[in-house]
Amino acid sequence: MSERVVYMDNNATTRVAPEVVEEMLPYFSELYGNPSSMHSFGGQVGRKIAEARERIAALIGAQPEEIIFTSCGTESDSTAILSALQSQPGKRHVVTTRVEHPAVKNLCEHLDKLFGHKHRVTALPVDREGLLDLEQYEKSLTEDTAIVSVMWANNETGVIFPIEEMAALARERGILFHTDAVQAVGKIPINLAEVPVDFLSISGHKLHAPKGVGVLYVRKGTPFFPFLVGGHQERGRRGGTENVASIIGLGKACELAAQRMNVENTKVRALRDKLEAGLLEKIPHALRNGHKDKRLPNTTSVSFEFVEGEAILLHLDRYGICASSGSACTSGSLEPSHVLRAMGVPFTMAHGSIRFSLSVYNTEEEVDFVLDKLPPIIANLRELSPFWQAEHRGAVGGAGCKCSCSS
Amino acid sequence: MWEYTDKVKDHFLNPRNVGEIEDPDGVGEVGSLACGDALKLTFKLGPDGRIADAKFKTFGCASAIASSSALTEMIKGLTLEEAEKITNEDIANYLGGLPKEKMHCSVMGREALEAAIANYRGQPLPMAQGEVVCECFGVTDLEIKRAVAESNLTSVEEVTNFTKAGGGCGKCHDRIMELILEVRKEQHAERKPAEKPKRLTNIQKIKLIEEVLEREIRPALRKDGGDIELIDVDGDVVMVSLRGACSSCVASQTTLKEYVEKKLRELVTDTLVVEEVRQ
Repeated sequence: MSERVVYMDNNATTRVAPEVVEEMLPYFSELYGNPSSMHSFGGQVGRKIAEARERIAALIGAQPEEIIFTSCGTESDSTAILSALQSQPGKRHVVTTRVEHPAVKNLCEHLDKLFGHKHRVTALPVDREGLLDLEQYEKSLTEDTAIVSVMWANNETGVIFPIEEMAALARERGILFHTDAVQAVGKIPINLAEVPVDFLSISGHKLHAPKGVGVLYVRKGTPFFPFLVGGHQERGRRGGTENVASIIGLGKACELAAQRMNVENTKVRALRDKLEAGLLEKIPHALRNGHKDKRLPNTTSVSFEFVEGEAILLHLDRYGICASSGSACTSGSLEPSHVLRAMGVPFTMAHGSIRFSLSVYNTEEEVDFVLDKLPPIIANLRELSPFWQAEHRGAVGGAGCKCSCSS
Repeated sequence: MWEYTDKVKDHFLNPRNVGEIEDPDGVGEVGSLACGDALKLTFKLGPDGRIADAKFKTFGCASAIASSSALTEMIKGLTLEEAEKITNEDIANYLGGLPKEKMHCSVMGREALEAAIANYRGQPLPMAQGEVVCECFGVTDLEIKRAVAESNLTSVEEVTNFTKAGGGCGKCHDRIMELILEVRKEQHAERKPAEKPKRLTNIQKIKLIEEVLEREIRPALRKDGGDIELIDVDGDVVMVSLRGACSSCVASQTTLKEYVEKKLRELVTDTLVVEEVRQ
């Protein structure tokens, strides 16, 4: 492994901010009390958790009592969707999209098994830029719809969905609305006082807090069924002793995120734009995936034709550059990313897709480093590729396979 | 992250024999851009009929590139008769092994070699003759059956890892399972048919347990001054009580598991669990 690390995989996970670590440390050592205890030794921990709850609520425009601590984004997603179905046993329709994170996508695909009866799931398509058709969304809402679950921003492309409008349309019809906002919180402003969502999922490690802590926002008055049943923690809405240090860390991370929101949308955005423009300019047959503007400021997904993503990543790895790919080979499955396929990105492009996701810790020097290293990697892999002929600047051969790509 | 061997990494980062031979004797092309990996193999024969040079161009992941590079190294200097004996397992072994999800990369290498040899001989590709089972990746029943037989595959997932078949829409999973069973049956028919243990009814099971205890186990325990009594049988749980020297012996639990349970599993049915009931 290279000694230097250029970390541009922040949609996978982020560095825990040093300020967050500092705030957490005492709760591993001297302040180890249980917040549920009667004694003041535990009580002081409880007060710190209340402070974290306030900081998180402040970041998203919520009330502290609307915050439930969970173990991760996946738990928050499962809790919201299963709660909505349990609280409305007569309704058996779920509306979601074809580009959700597996935490929502796979759950929706397994509802029949979990509940032992049929559910109808509408997975809305997206267009070539990764955007939803709001008219089609509106038509999909029926009297039988129990819940809509639509991500705020996509993890692979960064594309942002119009959650404000979508939640309002659901609210008009009395349909519960959940949004997986793990990629959006901390990167773009969110004000739940104005956006009528009922459930919202947050994951700590996506915004410089540690792994193993998440939040489910549940709007006051929303019917709720707990997912983990046990003690009275979280006012009976989520049993299990609090992950104290991580919760306190997440509170600090949210406070930092609020302060840095401006940096995300100026400095980080500029770095991302420079990286993306540089790659598209320096490397022929490269294409951006996702709408140019309706996007998170930190994410870029670029496809390089005639080469395969895993091979690119392993070459980048030699320079310590961390990114990810929607290629089939990196996931262990044989088909490339369901997000890129839903967008109609041709298989030939999807196999060579690379996602860079930046953070406030990235520098312009790092962007220049990637712009220096990646073009020759692509050129070398293309030299190896039977489909690349420099003089033709295009593909040769490769026909005759009845892949699902042609459909 | 995949765990690649140093040899895979070496052949990926420093691939040997990249390119295309001009005016080759044989050309083999397999895979496609859409499928995620593709390999074009070209070779030239020397005057002695041996492969004098081989080159490749590959689109695909690290293991696809490494498998192609390894293949070209392996076949140089071989006659076509020798080269066609190379299996995908040979390619994987040459590289010190591949992650199981990546075995199809070595299969692709072998298929390109077969295609190139068939091209030289002016013959049709043998594996392409079969019925296409997996439409997503264009895999025939012959390819699947060969992989099942040669690499002893038992599940659809394994077949997907080796051949890619079934890795797309999944519509062919039932057909793949049928093919696996077909191969198993054919292999079975070749071997001497082994006696299949019949499913026992409860009564038969209990009788057989009693019989084995009487005939095999009790005589052996009595030799050491011990004894055993059958108390009850509940499903697969055989409840016994130890008597005589056994009841106070410190090694009695070992006797129970290592001897009694083993014997019963061997002679009655292999799911039995023996438990001691203290009375």
